[in-house]
Amino acid sequence: MSTPQPPMPQAAGAEWQSVPGSPYPSYTSPIPVTPTHLGNAIASEWTKIRSVRSTMWTLGVFVLLVVGIGMLVAVLVAANSGESDLAGENPLSFGVFGLLLGSMCIITLGVLTTASEYGTGMIRTTMTACPTRGRVLAAKAIVFFLVAFTVTFASVLLVALADMALLDGARTPSGSEWLKGTLGISLYIALLGLLSLIIGSIIRHSAGAITIMIGLVLAPLVIALFMFSEALEGLRQALFDYSIPNQLSVFYTNALSDSGPSGWEPLWIAVGVTAAAFAGAVTLLQKRDV
Amino acid sequence: MIELEGLTKRYGDKVAVDDLTFAVRPGIVTGFLGPNGAGKSTTMRMMLGLDRPTAGDVRIDGEHYDRLKDPLKYIGALLDAKAMHGGRSAFNHLLFLAQSNGIPKSRVSEVLDTVGLTSVAKKKAKGFSLGMGQRLGIAGALLGDPRILMFDEPVNGLDPEGIHWIRNLMKSLAGQGRTVFVSSHLMSEMALTADHLVVIGQGRLLADTSMADFIQQNSRSYVRIRTPHRERLLDVLHEAGVTVVESGSGALEVDGGEAERIGELAAQHQIVLHELSPQQASLEEAFMQLTAESVEYHAHSDGPSPVAPATPRQPWGDDWKRS
Repeated sequence: MSTPQPPMPQAAGAEWQSVPGSPYPSYTSPIPVTPTHLGNAIASEWTKIRSVRSTMWTLGVFVLLVVGIGMLVAVLVAANSGESDLAGENPLSFGVFGLLLGSMCIITLGVLTTASEYGTGMIRTTMTACPTRGRVLAAKAIVFFLVAFTVTFASVLLVALADMALLDGARTPSGSEWLKGTLGISLYIALLGLLSLIIGSIIRHSAGAITIMIGLVLAPLVIALFMFSEALEGLRQALFDYSIPNQLSVFYTNALSDSGPSGWEPLWIAVGVTAAAFAGAVTLLQKRDV
Repeated sequence: MIELEGLTKRYGDKVAVDDLTFAVRPGIVTGFLGPNGAGKSTTMRMMLGLDRPTAGDVRIDGEHYDRLKDPLKYIGALLDAKAMHGGRSAFNHLLFLAQSNGIPKSRVSEVLDTVGLTSVAKKKAKGFSLGMGQRLGIAGALLGDPRILMFDEPVNGLDPEGIHWIRNLMKSLAGQGRTVFVSSHLMSEMALTADHLVVIGQGRLLADTSMADFIQQNSRSYVRIRTPHRERLLDVLHEAGVTVVESGSGALEVDGGEAERIGELAAQHQIVLHELSPQQASLEEAFMQLTAESVEYHAHSDGPSPVAPATPRQPWGDDWKRS
């Protein structure tokens, strides 16, 4: 025993019954009792996310895809374009290809943060340690969001600087373009990951949740591609405009398209959807058995 | 102290836990016994606030579990030895648990030492044997130095040394005045550790009694007799007012510890005895009889139906089965 104490006499079991004053006499621990709070849960979730290899793998592949493809595209474009080809182009926009692929990694990590605990049954240990279920999900969300945002922002910034250096012909982006193309898109990707985390908490199954999220990213665009009918033209356009790949590209363009989101709108849409999903997930978490 | 009142859990039409009312008291080891599927784990999950009861209530020292401000310092629980991320080291597994309740980091090394896992603290949990997993789970339960400990089938997968260790651990924890609640489906295991017994079958409370009482009520002592002069002995015993039961194997059985008297009677009438031995029915048998009607999953073999007492003897358990 870590706290060696002489064993009590055998009669100890019966003793409590004869003490009328204290209804629950019991062992008292030398460890000080302090009410737990969100900070404890955040520290706990931070230890969890940094102590498994899947975090390193998914984030490592993410950085590789975003930076690798971003650089590759920039080099290829720089090598194959004439002086005038890039005129008027926003050089930051060539980072979108890597991000689109990399977002799969962020989605996977987001789902694993919640759903993997259901796979192993460890969620019971977690919820026993912190019975305030909403707090657990909030702590996971905060830790994951900060990690995902930091990594995305660093990668995107690196690619943006490389694009600027390599693509001589392109114009110099304005301040707001810089903000949207780095900070904005990083927040958007981190929110996409956060939505995956929430879906993971709702579905409670890693493979299922990842499939749903990848479907969400790709399906609208793919469906729109196959809608040939005239009658469906409106729906087709909406699907295309609001598909996630198209919303990603909105962060790099100044031109307001005739329809669909523009400017910072994709970010606000993502914030709204994620907030609604979070509220739903917390409600479900309270209602369901762990 | 854990108090259950009318605790009920239904999954659709199926009743997993049916109106359980009992209390788990401090200072003793309370065994929670029942066949597989009796509702032990469901009951424990409800105690920990993981599953919501359909009806009834469960309180920890008068509070609902989710109202506890520092749960790990109140209750340490081992639910499932496999409930950990295989890629995380034992140390990190305990560290995140400690952090979630503001328990000092130094406790992690302490409990690792207590359960004997210090040497593999940095190893990934997926390489652990079932026994090592159990030890890590127990370390997690001890982390907050809690006043209530709850173990679900803790000896599963442990080697004899480990079983011995956990028995002593539970006893010493209870000896310190803690509440210790241990589930098992093995009566023989409980007989060695528990001071008090709560037996359930198909979610219903079958017994809530001290171990001593349970043993006294359920361990029938009898005398087994073998003799080549069977009929003569039967006559003699009948005249003496001793009730004899014929057991399947051709032996005779007499309830109670009257071996001396039977021996003397036989000597008086010069009856040869081949065997005269006092016997004790095992607690395992008593438990099987108690729960026989409530076993959910029967194996259908060509043997005797487990609903009927497995022993071909007279159903001596009838008198206490009504409890």
